[in-house]
Amino acid sequence: MDSRVRRMRVLMAGALLPLLLAVPPLQRVLEASMTAQMLVQIPLLAIAGALLGRSLPRRTASRVALWNRGGVTGLIVVTFAAACWMLPLSLDAAKAGAAADCVKFLTVPLLIGLPLAVSWPHMSFVLRGVLLFEAMATLFRMGWLYLISPVRLCNGYGLSDQQRLGEWLLIAGAALLAWVVWRLLWGSPRATAQAVGPGVRDGSRP
Amino acid sequence: MRLLRTVLASAVALAAGVAALAVATQGFSAFTTEAARRVAVGRHPVPVPPVVVENQTGAHFRLSALGGEWVIVDFVSTRCVDQCEVLDANFARLETILAKPIAAEHLRLLSISFDPTRDTPAELTAYLQRFGGHSPGWQAARPVQAGDLERLERAFGVTVIPDGRGGYTHNSAILVVDPRQRLIEILDWRDPERAAREILRKLDG
Repeated sequence: MDSRVRRMRVLMAGALLPLLLAVPPLQRVLEASMTAQMLVQIPLLAIAGALLGRSLPRRTASRVALWNRGGVTGLIVVTFAAACWMLPLSLDAAKAGAAADCVKFLTVPLLIGLPLAVSWPHMSFVLRGVLLFEAMATLFRMGWLYLISPVRLCNGYGLSDQQRLGEWLLIAGAALLAWVVWRLLWGSPRATAQAVGPGVRDGSRP
Repeated sequence: MRLLRTVLASAVALAAGVAALAVATQGFSAFTTEAARRVAVGRHPVPVPPVVVENQTGAHFRLSALGGEWVIVDFVSTRCVDQCEVLDANFARLETILAKPIAAEHLRLLSISFDPTRDTPAELTAYLQRFGGHSPGWQAARPVQAGDLERLERAFGVTVIPDGRGGYTHNSAILVVDPRQRLIEILDWRDPERAAREILRKLDG
């Protein structure tokens, strides 16, 4: 009963967060800058999706897991959805038009946050490592690109905004790297096993 | 069984992912809005909206009145510096290279202001003088009716954002309109020689 109440609360939080982000003044502020859209709004939408994923009833979760051994299917969905929302033209489109913005508010939670939260517990140590290091490399690559590009990559945002985003992406990459190193070196064995260890809830592993 | 299902689901996810990326990037050919609209215009020409503009002499005319001739368009603000100054100088270079078809009335240059409240006919005249523009081969004009600027910006794919210092940041390009009043190509404004070659090829073709 207690876990059901908690699950309901997580579900509510996951459903309310995108609605809050869609409130026009807040949505406009977060899309006025490239940095805020990419490093605040999109991550918060992904977190909302992760909360929805965490609130799935256990029966649904185990049914989904049948098609998602080791979290592989989820990882593929997350990778492609994230790639789509990393394109400069997607950020432009979301800023310029309501239709693309609607697509963003649906796909970022449902195709990035949710599958990540559902798949992470099933992922092996190796797969988690691949995901984390690919995320890190992407943050560094994109950050470097935005920092050094002399041309604007988005029509809707200025060059200084683009360069500031570049700096913040590098900082985010460094923070992720520091977190993983800290987790591996000084995390408690149990916490480390949960964070980057093999999937404990996946019955398919020997 | 679970392995088989996962392989199946992964294959579907992979195919859907590749398809989504292909659609978003026009078949992996464009990653920025600017590149995407160049590809899109090349595939599907965009009709020029029949907007009324006022030129540097104060004369009003409908853009469709320019039909029958090729029109090379750029979007400017007479107060814009930096990038604009280079675009304007490159447009002046186009006027020189394309002098022959301009004299034969096969082609004309048109600079449209995206700052119509400040760019009065007097400002537009001063602007053309500054860059050596000779009417009627090179005209400058501003939209006059409310909402027309937005229609033009949408048709030509121009995005203007205030830079916070009273000026503008905007995407620049050399826009090629054919005699049937369709935007058929978007050329790089940084290379007027190459743009002129492309335009001459179109005129001959």
